[in-house]
Amino acid sequence: MTGPTPAPPMIRMTGVDKFFGPLHVLKGVNLEVPKGQVVVVLGPSGSGKSTLCRTINRLEPIDQGTIEVDGQPLPAEGKELARLRADVGMVFQSFNLFAHKSIVDNVMLAPLKVRKTPAAEARRTAMELLERVGIANQAEKFPAQLSGGQQQRAAIARALAMRPKVMLFDEPTSALDPEMVQEVLDVMTTLAKEGMTMLVVTHEMGFARKAADRVIFMADGEVVEDSTPEDFFSAPKSNRAKDFLGKILTH
Amino acid sequence: MSVLTNYSDLFLSAFLTTIQLFLLSAVGSLVLGTVLAMLRVSPVPVLRAAATTYVTLLRNTPLTLVFFFFAFAYPLLKILELDPFMGAVTALTLYTSAFICEVVRSGINTVPVGQAEASRALGLTFGQMLANVVLPQAMRSVVPPLVSTLIALLKNTTVAAGFSVGEAGAISYRLSEEGANMLAGLSWVAVFFVVLVIPLTLVQRGLEKRWSVAR
Repeated sequence: MTGPTPAPPMIRMTGVDKFFGPLHVLKGVNLEVPKGQVVVVLGPSGSGKSTLCRTINRLEPIDQGTIEVDGQPLPAEGKELARLRADVGMVFQSFNLFAHKSIVDNVMLAPLKVRKTPAAEARRTAMELLERVGIANQAEKFPAQLSGGQQQRAAIARALAMRPKVMLFDEPTSALDPEMVQEVLDVMTTLAKEGMTMLVVTHEMGFARKAADRVIFMADGEVVEDSTPEDFFSAPKSNRAKDFLGKILTH
Repeated sequence: MSVLTNYSDLFLSAFLTTIQLFLLSAVGSLVLGTVLAMLRVSPVPVLRAAATTYVTLLRNTPLTLVFFFFAFAYPLLKILELDPFMGAVTALTLYTSAFICEVVRSGINTVPVGQAEASRALGLTFGQMLANVVLPQAMRSVVPPLVSTLIALLKNTTVAAGFSVGEAGAISYRLSEEGANMLAGLSWVAVFFVVLVIPLTLVQRGLEKRWSVAR
């Protein structure tokens, strides 16, 4: 072997199996996400796409197989796992902002406690991020005082404050009123253009077409298709994907 | 009224002792009870089991028996000598902390699981998550039962009179020895207890008001 070894993919899942009791939710999933790629995971509900997303930072432990993040296998629950999670940003369907803290305090908490960033610097970075997602004027409010779209943008800022290597989005717009979906997708699209590695579980086909480098289609716990957005939407190979697209795109 | 004026020194020193007993045991049991609640939700089975055993033991034992333990059994252990006052503080703290633990734990259970998931996803350790995210929200939701437990503690301090502590519960002994008017004297004791509880009620109301905005 000569020359430098190629950089490991940001996410590598090999033969991942996951059960919820008797239910086999992930069936031998293999997936690699290279640095800088934006992968959108599509599929009918119950196909295991959310679970897939949540196994990557071990919010859901797996039963079989391996998962590596930036070349490092996921450690067991503990300090080391916490360190790895700090580098993996996550955005939830239900925002999960800390209800007792103001928006800026939400964004500052992890940098202060996990990265031990000095308070002044953490605040400055937090305000910059809130500016970037367009809600700097809401910084002193509490989560419950914001609209859903604003809360989700705050949650994205909170994840970005840790300067993650990769961002996981678990149906980030599914709990939003229709008129607020776009403002969140805009922030995500910008992030994608800036070169962030992203894995996005979503039902937003527009976002998949516009921002994704790659589309993964899942059904019944398996990766059924893995292609570019153009190929997937214009010429899906499997019947299940055709069926799925037929259901969403006809009306 | 004459009882009160004739025995004003007795009333004053007794109620001061009551207040001291209460404040020390309140702080002690809030701290210990919260630590126990943290242990009861910890991912380590041994810690969970230890805290559960403690709560079962102390919550199911009459307070008087806990006092008896510190008055008669504990001195035989020859660990650290406690005067009657410190013995009473210890007994009250250990007993009340079991109740505080359960109140705090019920508060922890009201915090949505997403709050813990978001903390973990950000890289907070279990301890950081509890201290910064879960406990502050848990405490907000259990202010009324927490204050009720403290009010019970305040009244439980009167058990200490039976164990050589000159607190408000001991007033009746002096009055009876000296043949004073018991009915009037004890009515005054009741009035002072009601007055002592009022600040606690106000603290509860204040905290509830303040924290209802911050959510």
